[in-house]
Amino acid sequence: MPDHKLDPNKWVSLYSDYLFNYTITRINDREVAKDLVQETFFAGLKSMVNFKGQASERTWLISILKRKIIDHYRKINSKKGKAEVKVNFNTEEDEGDWLEERVADPYDRTAEDTIENEELAMAIQKCMSKLSQKQAQVFKMKTIEGMDTETICNELNITASNLWVIIHRARTAMADCLENNWF
Amino acid sequence: MKRKFLFISCEEAQEICDKSQYGEATAWEKLKLNLRYLYCSITRKYVKRNKKLSDSINQAPLDCLQKEELNALQKEFNLKLEQQKQG
Repeated sequence: MPDHKLDPNKWVSLYSDYLFNYTITRINDREVAKDLVQETFFAGLKSMVNFKGQASERTWLISILKRKIIDHYRKINSKKGKAEVKVNFNTEEDEGDWLEERVADPYDRTAEDTIENEELAMAIQKCMSKLSQKQAQVFKMKTIEGMDTETICNELNITASNLWVIIHRARTAMADCLENNWF
Repeated sequence: MKRKFLFISCEEAQEICDKSQYGEATAWEKLKLNLRYLYCSITRKYVKRNKKLSDSINQAPLDCLQKEELNALQKEFNLKLEQQKQG
């Protein structure tokens, strides 16, 4: 029995940032990431009839995006003609030479942290998507985009005290959500 | 009168704490918050949670689409949606 329904009218406002954040941590190119998010929405529209309702809208869109990302890397590799694989072989004779190749890669130590931080970013985006539209908008402008209070107030036509009330509610909801899903 | 001047409510303390996360609390506000922090366990709990949230946000590589980018995306998507409805 299908539990979830698709409402494409809300996709852009609800899932753009989540999908974009997911992509940018894997692609590292803003323009490509934007294109992939757009392609994901288009592909979603095209294959709406295949949606069985077993997964949430967001999970379903993410599964499409994952394929898009894989396709993107395949395309890059096929353009190059071959994947670049570099292997360093260490033999007994090498001992003492090229010491830098034997030293632990400093980036390796932080690889785990990087993955964890990316997962944290996704958890934060997930929690943000649960906020009301107004709260999410103000929270995003203030916290992620780092806009100053006056600019936000002018843009959204709200007072400063109104802004801080929205921020307070958003932060409380975010802390609750992260406490349940992350901390 | 003096007491009200220096001692703030829990709600006020929380608002100052929020402002402080964005570097927008004044020194006087911070002083009042610190005073409340000394004797109010609810404020202490809120400050701790709020700081933890800020630390997490600063630690995570968060990025988002700008308003113009979002509008452009919405426009393209609406076109596609219309096409789909007609086709």
